[in-house]
Amino acid sequence: MADLFNLIIKSAFMDNMIFAYFLGMCSFLAVSKKVSTANGLGLAVIFVLTFTAPLNWLIQKKILDEGALTWISPKYATVDLTFLQLLMFIAVIASFVQLIEMIIEKFSPALYGSLGIFLPLIAVNCSILGGSLFMVQRDFNISEATAFGFGSGLGFYLAIIALAAIREKLKYSNVPAGLKGLGITMLITGLMGLAFKTFIGMTL
Amino acid sequence: MSTEIKEKELIKIKSKEAFLSKRRKRILVDPLDENNPISIQVLGICSALAVTIKLEPTIIMALSVVFVMVFSSLITSLIRNFIPNRIRIIVQLAIIATLVTLVSEFLMAYNYEMFKVLGAFVGLIITNCIILGRLEAYAMGNKPYESVLDALGSGVGYAWIILAVAFFRELLGSGSILGFKVFEFIGWSSFPNNALFVDSIGAFIILGIIIWVQRSRNGYIEN
Repeated sequence: MADLFNLIIKSAFMDNMIFAYFLGMCSFLAVSKKVSTANGLGLAVIFVLTFTAPLNWLIQKKILDEGALTWISPKYATVDLTFLQLLMFIAVIASFVQLIEMIIEKFSPALYGSLGIFLPLIAVNCSILGGSLFMVQRDFNISEATAFGFGSGLGFYLAIIALAAIREKLKYSNVPAGLKGLGITMLITGLMGLAFKTFIGMTL
Repeated sequence: MSTEIKEKELIKIKSKEAFLSKRRKRILVDPLDENNPISIQVLGICSALAVTIKLEPTIIMALSVVFVMVFSSLITSLIRNFIPNRIRIIVQLAIIATLVTLVSEFLMAYNYEMFKVLGAFVGLIITNCIILGRLEAYAMGNKPYESVLDALGSGVGYAWIILAVAFFRELLGSGSILGFKVFEFIGWSSFPNNALFVDSIGAFIILGIIIWVQRSRNGYIEN
């Protein structure tokens, strides 16, 4: 249990999706103009990452890996489907996002109102696919994969909320013309990354 | 009857237009500077910055992205009239994912070292928003040849930015260019490597500065 908690903290702060791996930058930059919208996107990312990571873990271990199909019949022991990995993962993510969207729309219109428009965006958010690919690369088991997914989502949430808050303040400051918008945001992201670096080496 | 005439007219217009007419040149050149996918449209920053520590993997990455962009645009544009509107995103993602799988298998077969360096980031070309963005915004509604020009322009516009970032990161972070020790060569062997630029922070700051310089040059101001 303590290991899992450590993993969540590590993936949220030290291995932050944005500051350490640049994943999810597009939506991070595009949807961070206001805190309220950033909040919606951040929550949606936590949600989707927490569920797609274990889902893709199952697909990797039960279908794609070499010899993974032996649970159907022992004669499949030599089948290796890893070349389908990318296609499978992105299909799982896209259909999961679609599914979640429909479920939320049906059962919680209020949540759909605040989260709904961000869900389609998430299918092409690199941090989701990146989470699944990293989880395979690092050889996690299923509970670690879930914790990793949740932690990474949390890291994304913290980062985008913080950036949105800074950008709301920034509206009232006098930034050089060419640096307005994306330029100053990149510099701020760099400085925020520097702050997140101070967590390196911390364990609980 | 009327459709036949329309088609004939279309063919006429087609045959009239030069292979690289002014309009087509604009499609190709626009994304390089004035409408650059990274610095102006804020797309596709995700999957690429992580590989810009050194110049060499960045070149491979840039080539892969251009390849995937051009061919996915071509394929999407060829079958654009048969894609049902409701499932177009999945279709586009499937086309992109297939091409990316080709790239990743090719790298694994012919340059395994590079494949290991790039790691998961080859797969992440799928979620590069520039590619999906161009398919959605251009290839779904335009003819194959123009879609290829548009994709090529956007691909190269993306490539030069990440190559520029990689150039400065390798120069300042490792003191070399393509593995060639520049500062030792010019006799300044005490040049301290700046670890900040090996780190992700350096990439953000360099990209910020490149955007600043480029936007001040072409006068683009964001509100």
